[in-house]
Formats: sequence, structure tokens, C-alpha cells
Amino acid sequence: MNKPKTKKLLFLFRHAPYGSALAKEGIDAVLAASAYDQDLSVLFMDDGVFQLLKHQKPDDIEEKNIINILSAFTLYDIQSLFVCQESLAERGLRNTDIAIGINIVAHNTVSQLLSQQDHILSF
Amino acid sequence: MSNILHTVNKSPFLNQTLKHCLGRIQSGDSVLLLEDGVYAALSSQPWAMLMNPSHQYYAIKADVEARGLGEDKLLSHITLIDYEQFVELSTEHSTVQSWY
Amino acid sequence: MIFSLAIYATPSVQSSDSAYRFANALVAHNHTLYRIFFYHDGVYHGSQLNTPAQDEVDHTVRWQQFAKQHNVDMVICIASGLRRGILNSKEATRYEKSAHNLAEGFELSGLGQLVDAAVYSDRLVTFGH
Repeated sequence: MNKPKTKKLLFLFRHAPYGSALAKEGIDAVLAASAYDQDLSVLFMDDGVFQLLKHQKPDDIEEKNIINILSAFTLYDIQSLFVCQESLAERGLRNTDIAIGINIVAHNTVSQLLSQQDHILSF
Repeated sequence: MSNILHTVNKSPFLNQTLKHCLGRIQSGDSVLLLEDGVYAALSSQPWAMLMNPSHQYYAIKADVEARGLGEDKLLSHITLIDYEQFVELSTEHSTVQSWY
Repeated sequence: MIFSLAIYATPSVQSSDSAYRFANALVAHNHTLYRIFFYHDGVYHGSQLNTPAQDEVDHTVRWQQFAKQHNVDMVICIASGLRRGILNSKEATRYEKSAHNLAEGFELSGLGQLVDAAVYSDRLVTFGH
């Protein structure tokens, strides 16, 4: 059987952390995909940008800090990380509010990212 | 040329999902409304003016009819389709992006 | 064309039904449905204990019949499943639970099956909640 061609996969995060398991389970999917030698990108937009905030302290709600989980991206060599500038601005957030190293991208780059993919996995 | 079929399943009266989708669509993309997303087919919905007629808009007919939305209340540029046509649309576009 | 579906919706929301209708339309069009991956709250489809009223749709049985008829791979994410109480006999033994409930026709497996489905398929369609 022929080895399938490398696919461009975009993991799109649009939901805030903690309110549901979606953010955390989406991150698990990214980590799983990192083992498959595909062309991965991760984009945070809409309420997904709330996952990136500094100073999250979910101890009292007995959840794992999403930032600690996101930090694993570096260990897994997932480098194409993007956040939608417009979504940040709409929520009154600045780049100094973000806890991880990430590319802040404007509307046209977001559009390009969306249009370049073989699949978009939306969480 | 790549193009995206965007699906939206939330009511625009309750949720900004439709607005988020409409803010990111590009030329060649299409939008399919399903489930509570079909309330976005109403001409009274808050983001109707963002539904640029240069794109194609579809809604699942069974979901529109289930909710009692009369054709006289719907935006004129929305095409009502069934699931077979949904499948066809997903083959005619290069990716399917689900906004939920 | 080769399709896979990712279902994140629990059986009680309409998205679950949309996925089922889409899957039926796919096979009616002679497309290949490579895999259905149940993730997040979608894993609740895999419980054989789902017991809807007699005049309501039984989502679990419906998918079982569909998968059998069309020879479709139905995978429940094992991590999501365990969290939500969807276990096969092997996992029940491993975690010392007194019962297991994974419905026949569904398989517990890892997230790699979602990624594999994305790699193998021409289209991956998500049914969120």
C-alpha cells in the first residue's frame, strides 16, 4: 500500500477552557497528531484565545492548568502556533497577556491558514 | 483552488458562531446552515447584512421545516437542500469547517 | 471519495442525528466511509445502556446497524470514553469496575485513530455539539 501523502492539518480552537472539556481534549488530539509526521498548525481564535491567558489558577475548580498542558507543544516540537489578533483585540487582550510563545496573526493570515488545509479539526 | 464549506449549527440570536464564520469566509467558500443554525436563514436575524451575496448559502430543508420557518420569512438567497446535496457540497469544496 | 466523520456531540443533541443522516447520504452516493471517530461527548453513543423511550430513536442501535450493514469502523476514543464511563470488559477489569457497557460494533481505541482517519481520508467532517 502506498504511504498516504503528508496532510496539512489545522487544529482550530474556538472555545474557552474549563467550561467544557473541549479545549483540553482538543489539545490531546494535537499531541496525538504530533506523532504522525504530518504538517500541523494550531490556531486559537474567538473564545479559544482565553486558553492562552497568563495568571490562570484553576486549582480551586480542580482542573489542570491549560497553560501547563499547552506548554507540552514545545516538547512535542509543535511550532506552528497562531492566535487571531482580531479575537484578542475584541476581548481587550494584548500580546503581554499571553502566557506562551505564539505568532499573533492578522485577519488575512487567519484566512490564509484556513484556506491552505487538507482538514480543519475544530474544537 | 481551495475552498471551504462552512457549517453553522447555532442560532444567531443566541450565539455569535454565525458572525465568527461570516467574518472569515473567502471567495469560493460556501455556508451551510443546519440544526439551530437554520434560524440564520431568517431575514430578521442580526447578521443578515453580513451575508454577502457573492457567496453561496444553503440550509438543510428538513431542519427549516421542522422549526416551522415559512419561506416568506427566509432570506431570498438561501438554497434549501437535503443531506444528499450536503454530501455533494462537501465533495465540491476542498475542506469542511464546522462552526459549533 | 474517502470520508471520515468526527462526532463530538452527545446523542441527545441534533448534531448526532445530522451525522447519522450525513453518513447515510454518503454511502447512498457510493462514497467510502473509512471511519467514524467518537470523541468528547460523542463517546456516549457507545453505551449499550442508552435506553430511550420506545417511541424515540435509539442512536446506539441505529449506528450499530449502520456500521454492520456498511462495514464501517466505529471508534470510541478510549481516554474520553473512560472519563465518561464507557468501558469494555478489558478496561473494566483493568480499573476494577464491576460492569462494562461498550456496545457491540464500537471499538475503544486511541486518538491516533482520529489522526489516521484524517491522513487517510479526502474529507473529515466534524459534528460538534
